[in-house]
Amino acid sequence: MRVTALFIRILRQIVRDKRTLALLIFAPILVLSMLYLVFDGEDYIPNVGLVAVPDPVQSQLDLENSNIEYYETEKAAKKALSAGKLDGYLLFENQVPSVVLEGSDPSVNASVMKWIQEAMKPLQKSSLQQELDIDYVFGSDELGQFDYYGPALLGYFVFFFVFLIAGVSFLRERTTGTLERLLSSPLRKWEIVMGYVIGFGIFIMIQAAIITWYSIYVLDMVMEGSFGFVLLITLLVSLTALTLGTLLSAYANNELQMIQFIPLVIVPQLFFSGLFNLDTISDWLSWIGPFMPLYYATEALRNVMIRGYGWDMIDQDLLILAAFSALFMLLNILALRKYRKI
Amino acid sequence: MEKQIVSIRNVSKSFGKQPVLKKLSLDIAAGEIFGLLGPSGAGKTTLVKQLVGLDTPSEGECYIFEEKMPKLKIIERIGYMAQSDALYTELTARENLDFFSSLYGLKGARKKQRISEVMATVSLSEHINKPVANYSGGMKRRLSLAIALLHEPSLLILDEPTVGIDPVLRRSIWQAFNELKEKGATIIVTTHVMDEAEKCDRLGMIRDGELIAVGTPAELQEKTHSESIEEAFLVYGGAQS
Repeated sequence: MRVTALFIRILRQIVRDKRTLALLIFAPILVLSMLYLVFDGEDYIPNVGLVAVPDPVQSQLDLENSNIEYYETEKAAKKALSAGKLDGYLLFENQVPSVVLEGSDPSVNASVMKWIQEAMKPLQKSSLQQELDIDYVFGSDELGQFDYYGPALLGYFVFFFVFLIAGVSFLRERTTGTLERLLSSPLRKWEIVMGYVIGFGIFIMIQAAIITWYSIYVLDMVMEGSFGFVLLITLLVSLTALTLGTLLSAYANNELQMIQFIPLVIVPQLFFSGLFNLDTISDWLSWIGPFMPLYYATEALRNVMIRGYGWDMIDQDLLILAAFSALFMLLNILALRKYRKI
Repeated sequence: MEKQIVSIRNVSKSFGKQPVLKKLSLDIAAGEIFGLLGPSGAGKTTLVKQLVGLDTPSEGECYIFEEKMPKLKIIERIGYMAQSDALYTELTARENLDFFSSLYGLKGARKKQRISEVMATVSLSEHINKPVANYSGGMKRRLSLAIALLHEPSLLILDEPTVGIDPVLRRSIWQAFNELKEKGATIIVTTHVMDEAEKCDRLGMIRDGELIAVGTPAELQEKTHSESIEEAFLVYGGAQS
């Protein structure tokens, strides 16, 4: 009854506040769309110079997908390279090929090298080499960067915005004195926390559904598993963010201090949640990952979206996310003791 | 013998090393309008918070209706209005009232009736459907008071209830206090407005966390040989003339 009154009030407030509503739903969509455009842009076409390549070799090279310039001497090519006209050049000295790269942008380096390997394939084939057959257990050679990062970023941005909005609105309850008023009524502390979870929970459900639908059907994120599981995971991520946000707002005195939690709580999760390969993080830091809720969310989302796994592969992650939420709720109830002992 | 509704026994409160209340004892009887008077920073708000259960004393106890605070079942019988208006400004006045009345378990026709009654008491009936964000400062103060009255509490604790309210409205609000008193409610108000102090049945003068005098306005004037409460206040406040 009292919880119902509380969550109806929260719903009314969110609906009134159009901007916050938009931030909850459209901001993640906007950010994900931008990432999609950045990651899934067209392949880079390298500018490559060919220096004194013998004619018989050149006729066999596969020169597609690049801008080729021809140079007589290495000196001329080097000049073009330092002027920024070339990304690298291929040089034949005494029939031995070598490559010089401009080298300042790793992704350009990689695409030049990839191109050179492709271009020289016809040369190698003639010398009795079988092309390797590659099979993919998960994904395919079509799997782009966005497909791999997508699930992690989906979880991340949902977490980010829910954390911020739930945290700030609970904080406002404190700063305007309404929390005090709530606690001078017979409302129980757990009822306050539950009211927030349910009130925001309803919006979170709508938000999770819209964002998940958009990512998969509009942005065409890779999706091998079931939509329902993805929805369930996003929902639990949001719940964790909601409970953590409201909990941490107890330790902020104003909105700016709430923002200060972003570099402390939100950004580290980006690095340790598995967006980047955790195996390459120094040993003395990699233990942090398992303490981050998003670590489990990313794992579960990838398992469903890329690997197409079902319940038995994600149940543990979901359980841990639920446990995080329960823990944060409990701590929040304890934090409210600051205002009223009972 | 009148029944003591509020009994503050040897209450001390300190925040860190800063003592705010020092061994304060005070009894308030049923049906009284009791005024807590004192300069800002004297500890009035801190004392009032111990009473409503929003804070617990470092030492000593507060008893309300003969129960030691804080206790949820007693909290239900208290109407509290803090210094800040504590309203949801995105919502309309009706939605605010609706929400807070539900917290006290009011529903249906009874809820509707109480909402229109309290809005009439604070003369806001015609503004009930406006968003609180469009209210003036005085209107917010009155709405905040209306919310404290919703569940017909038998003890009203009001922290500077009439700040920012013009004299005409202040008079009508005090009229409402007197009506509530006649119905048997006990009212505790903190104030530093002198004409309000005079309307209280009894006054408690607080300075630096100590209760330095208690009595009816007339008694206090007599004790200090003052012409007015204001003068008495100045004497107790340490501004010896």
